[in-house]
Amino acid sequence: MADVKTGSKVTVVALVENEPGVLNRIASLFRRRAFNIDSLTVGRTHKPHISRMTIRVEAGPEYARKIATNLQKLVNVIDVRIIDNEPHVERDLALIKVRNDDADSRNTITEICDRYPARIVDVGPKVAIIEIVGTEAIIEEFIEQVQPTGIVEMIRTGVVSMGRGTRIHDTNFINRRTLLEAAAKARNGNGRIV
Amino acid sequence: MKLKGSEIIMESLLREGVDVMFGYPGGAILPTYDAMSQYEDRLHHVLVRHEQGASHMADGYARATGKVGVCIATSGPGATNLVTGLATAMMDSSGIVAITGQVPIPAIGSDAFQETDVTGVTLPITKHNYLVTDVRELAYTIKEAFHIARTGRPGPVLVDVPKDVQIAETEFIWPEDDVVLPGYDPPWAADDEEINAALRLIAEAERPIILAGHGIMMSGAMNELRELAERAQIPVSLTLLGKGAMPEDHPLVIGMMGMHGEASSNLAIQEADLLLALGMRFDDRVTGNLKTYAQKAKKIHIDIDRSEINKNVKADVGIAGDLKTVLTQLLPRLEGKSHPAWIGRIRDWLEDSSERDILNYETPGILLTAQVVNDIWKLTGGDAITVTDVGQHQMLEAQYYPHQRPSTLLTSGGLGTMGFGFPAAIGAKFGAPDEEIWAIVGDGGFQMTLCEMATAAQENVNVNIAIINNNFLGMVRQWQELFFEKRYQATPMVNPDFCKLADAYGIPNRCVTKRDEIEDAVRFAQSIDGPALIEFVVEKEEMVYPMVPAGADLHDMKRRPKPGEA
Repeated sequence: MADVKTGSKVTVVALVENEPGVLNRIASLFRRRAFNIDSLTVGRTHKPHISRMTIRVEAGPEYARKIATNLQKLVNVIDVRIIDNEPHVERDLALIKVRNDDADSRNTITEICDRYPARIVDVGPKVAIIEIVGTEAIIEEFIEQVQPTGIVEMIRTGVVSMGRGTRIHDTNFINRRTLLEAAAKARNGNGRIV
Repeated sequence: MKLKGSEIIMESLLREGVDVMFGYPGGAILPTYDAMSQYEDRLHHVLVRHEQGASHMADGYARATGKVGVCIATSGPGATNLVTGLATAMMDSSGIVAITGQVPIPAIGSDAFQETDVTGVTLPITKHNYLVTDVRELAYTIKEAFHIARTGRPGPVLVDVPKDVQIAETEFIWPEDDVVLPGYDPPWAADDEEINAALRLIAEAERPIILAGHGIMMSGAMNELRELAERAQIPVSLTLLGKGAMPEDHPLVIGMMGMHGEASSNLAIQEADLLLALGMRFDDRVTGNLKTYAQKAKKIHIDIDRSEINKNVKADVGIAGDLKTVLTQLLPRLEGKSHPAWIGRIRDWLEDSSERDILNYETPGILLTAQVVNDIWKLTGGDAITVTDVGQHQMLEAQYYPHQRPSTLLTSGGLGTMGFGFPAAIGAKFGAPDEEIWAIVGDGGFQMTLCEMATAAQENVNVNIAIINNNFLGMVRQWQELFFEKRYQATPMVNPDFCKLADAYGIPNRCVTKRDEIEDAVRFAQSIDGPALIEFVVEKEEMVYPMVPAGADLHDMKRRPKPGEA
């Protein structure tokens, strides 16, 4: 794993079958092959039987290829793409709870939020929750800005990415079980019913 | 008609062409065993004595036949006992399907009696695995399991079936259509550009060498390999699991490569200007130090597993595809070549090796493993299926039993599983009943699975067991001699009387201590219609040469001195 410590990050997008244990298989693969996950997000797509993962990994291009070929070997992984070299949109979301118990901090927070794609979503007498959505870099920068005011709690969703333009991840197939069942039932002679 | 899950398992196995399965019953798999009784005439069940044996038998069956081997076990300890066999099959790309019982669905996750998260445990050591939670999915799942186990780069697949799913009833629908797996698409053919690039490198090469692996045989590309080698006059070196890919008496075959490979192979690899790696994966036991490995050579790597290409050794031309298909694309455009100077150089190395051959030594009064193996080779006409365990005897088998046909050496290469040999030989016999089968095992490894003598006796399996007994864990002892100043910690073995043991199991046996007794004993074993055991009491402190120490450069071999050199 020659180029693992390059400091650069790659973004892997994987379409996976929405079946129990898929996340486990991917996590196990990363651990087994000593791939270091920076962030991993998983969520449903518009097709109920397909989930989509965005995995950020600290790696150079050679290492990234290894990750992709190994992921592709998993039976439940439908498609894998390293997305960094194509135009893409990337978003990370953070909820940051900050100290908000004096006029100074309140002003500072409001002022910083104005300069970023951030908004205050909850305000209490002592703390406020800020929501920020943006690229990883912007969120890092924002965190640096609010740090001196006092962060008391924080959560990030991890990056999600999508390629721009018409090159799309193909989700256009039917769940295999449905297909097999239908095919077998449709053809009496073929789908032997005992 | 509605069938129970257990009956669906049987029907599905029959439709996948299964005629034998190796297993051990228990609570959570009992419904399936109950259903078995209706199928006993078509689907023979072999009762093993430990589930590890079942997984190795399925593996041995698969390796000998190219078909999928089947093992079956109950939940919890039954399933965990399969683990070593699954890992062995995974490392050597052996297609087996394991069916395990599981506690009923409502009990899953409650730490029920004999509950183990078996899909979790076996996740990294199976090609794929399933927990079936709906009886309606059972037939599809088994079909998928067989498809995945046998296609692409074969491997073990486990299907975990909860007890209530075995009992539940549903309409049995066997999916006759091909399996549809959107995320499973093993590569097949090469594109023109790849073939051109490979042809160019072959045409330019002056010192080419083919590294032929297990993939040749799994793809059935033996003839294509031979044509490639003969037409372009390229010497062929074999991996341990690649033995049999090309007849070893062929003048272009220059022997096994790697840690205990032929010096001629290792030196040729280090001097070559082109490696044609076919269906092999550059295991560390094959390459030695990667930094100094084949530095003068360009590399063409063809393998069905994309992730193997550029994994350990960077390929100048990497082709993910089925070997037979890719070679068939390549051969029509391959031009004839000759490399007399290169082949002459390799011949010189071979000559030097044969001078150092232990068989040429005067060894009065002692029995050597190399002699035993070589005599078995002669007495079986070089045509038996040999199944080895792991260690010195395994390497000596590879060196002194040349194989002419594919899939006639079955051995645990990747995982190096002691205890593999004997049960795998039993499985192989079920798959290849007309073949003469020899389990060549050490005294250490045999004791790990010797309980299967009962299985061999109960089923009257015609396997010949050759125990190479040196009262040592020989290979570990060799490492201790070379690298740990002969501190023989935990390697000397006080063994049982193997012949008395065989007597206890009702297995005919002989004990051999001198070379001139070998022939009689081997003939005796061959004459027995059923299991037979021969114990060969060999020299205690034999060495396997050549040896590339772990991590050393491939050309940096410890050699046996020539006679008279001391």
